[in-house]
Amino acid sequence: MLLSIENLQVYYGAIHALQGIHFSVEKGEIVALIGANGAGKSTTLNTISGILRPREGKISFDGQEIQQTPPQDIVRKGIIQVPEGRKIFGRMAVWENLEMGAYTQKDRAVIKRDVESVFDRFPRLRERRNQLSGTLSGGEQQMLAIARGLMAHPTLLLLDEPSMGLSPLLVEQIFDIIQDINEQGTSILLVEQNAQMALAIADRAYVLETGKIVMQGTGDDLLEDKSVIEAYLGGH
Amino acid sequence: MENKSSPRFPLLLRVSRYIRPIVGVIIAIFLAWQLYSVIVVQHNFSADTWVRFGLSGLILGGMYALIAIGYTLVYGIMFMINFAHGEVMMLGAFGGYFMLELLRFIPMPTSANPNLNFLNAYPIVSIILAFTAGISVSALAGYLLEKIAYRPLRKAPRLILLITAIGASIFLQNLAMLLFGPTRKNVINPDILDRGAGWTWMVSGNPVLIPYTGVFSLVLSALLMIGLYLVVQRSKLGRAMRAVAQDKNTASLMGVDVDDVISKTFIISGVLAGAAGVMWDIHMGLVNHYIGFLPGIKAFTAAVMGGIGNIPGAMLGGMFLGIIESIGPAALGIDFQLKDVIAFSILVLVLIVRPSGILGEKLSEEKL
Ligand SMILES: Nc1ncnc2c1ncn2[C@@H]1O[C@H](COP(=O)(O)OP(=O)(O)O)[C@@H](O)[C@H]1O
Ligand SMILES: [Mg+2]
Repeated sequence: MLLSIENLQVYYGAIHALQGIHFSVEKGEIVALIGANGAGKSTTLNTISGILRPREGKISFDGQEIQQTPPQDIVRKGIIQVPEGRKIFGRMAVWENLEMGAYTQKDRAVIKRDVESVFDRFPRLRERRNQLSGTLSGGEQQMLAIARGLMAHPTLLLLDEPSMGLSPLLVEQIFDIIQDINEQGTSILLVEQNAQMALAIADRAYVLETGKIVMQGTGDDLLEDKSVIEAYLGGH
Repeated sequence: MENKSSPRFPLLLRVSRYIRPIVGVIIAIFLAWQLYSVIVVQHNFSADTWVRFGLSGLILGGMYALIAIGYTLVYGIMFMINFAHGEVMMLGAFGGYFMLELLRFIPMPTSANPNLNFLNAYPIVSIILAFTAGISVSALAGYLLEKIAYRPLRKAPRLILLITAIGASIFLQNLAMLLFGPTRKNVINPDILDRGAGWTWMVSGNPVLIPYTGVFSLVLSALLMIGLYLVVQRSKLGRAMRAVAQDKNTASLMGVDVDDVISKTFIISGVLAGAAGVMWDIHMGLVNHYIGFLPGIKAFTAAVMGGIGNIPGAMLGGMFLGIIESIGPAALGIDFQLKDVIAFSILVLVLIVRPSGILGEKLSEEKL
């Protein structure tokens, strides 16, 4: 098991945001975590990334417990998060954002090669390498956020609502890219409100509701499940 | 946009909506009238005097700029005004002063000059050692200040940090007084940097002294500012600093150790303040526990003027303030004792008329 979460309890002050969740990601999988706004999806990813500390519970990655590890060390273990809302560094050029993504990489030659390879994947970014990233379009910013994440050679990529605010065409494109990244060997934990798309590419999925996992199964199973359809897929 | 970007001064800001244009016009008229009457009508000063004022302002401005960068760097990364920063500069000045004193007491007699000391036998080494000492002391002071006083309050409201900074300022000032005594100490430079020595420049028939110490300070300030700029814009640490300034959580998701970057920011601020402190030693020649206070507040003014968080703004603000302060009393026809008032009037005016600073912009996307 690559990532395993046991009885994770996270609070914001008095707010009990995660109320003892269990789930896992196997090597090579795409696992989707779906749920409505405020269900606790981002909280889950931020706890895995070490930005939030759980009050209780265990997070194991590659057999090591990491719930007390600070975020910068979790990155070095190979868990990379592409946060909700892209969170690119808007006052930096595109190439500088990529450099930030490669922050833990010491070897300049490797960074150079990786920049070229993400530019091959995202040709738009190559054209705009010197542009301030804050001036990119929403779709380009999401591409940059993913590209920046790839610069760190993730073993496990945590994606927080990568389709948020994008046109259907771009969403399609992003999901193709996610699948492609996965096929090249990166395990993925995908958080989405766009359940339809997420379930379509996920090997397995969990449904999160107000801090609890209420359902789980393969992507295809959940796509056909009545209550999932009603709650998350527009009810038809 | 401006309202949103400056939650620091909500009251001032609300009032300013009405008085801003009025204040602006009144001040413009007053300044124009004063400048006209002093420079054109009264014609009190000849050209060489203005050059002299401008020159000393430029030199002072270099020091203000170095200190102002420290305010701006720390604000950019922590959203706090480090009011103890002037004291960091003062401690650096003491570091440099004690090093110079120490070297002066190391005898290096030669047959030609039995009274020679290390300071004058190796003046360049001595100056380098003085800067090394001053910079080390300030860097250490900045580092410890953050670690001991500010880090435990990382998640506290900003007002508490501000009060802590003021407390730290008072503490450090009194600590220095306790350790080094309240009297002013004369700084004795190596002979090559004698304070009265310099080049002479003839302006409208009168000699203007361009002091070596001043040129030295100014050149060194410029070099340090270029160095800082390169660090911030080109180095990996600088990029991490900018990332932390923009968004701490996301920076940590890149593998940046945020605490470490904050420590280093305080160290860099300390290095620049320490250099300014030793320049103060060398150019001004007097040091006591109080010398950091006014330059600190003036540098803060400069940083605000340049748009706090904005590095080139702090540099320009510092230079501008130094020059205004030197030329201002003469240009406005007021007493020279009032030069400090000019700086503080500017501070108040900037806060009222344009709180985001002249080059104002917002560095952070994070709201506290
Ligand atoms: N910084 C915060 N402070 C307090 N409560 C928060 C904070 N962030 C999220 N929450 C609360 O925690 C719950 C889960 O939020 P989140 O994980 O962001 O949900 P999701 O990503 O699924 O939309 C919500 O009720 C939200 O209001
Ligand atoms: Mg979310």
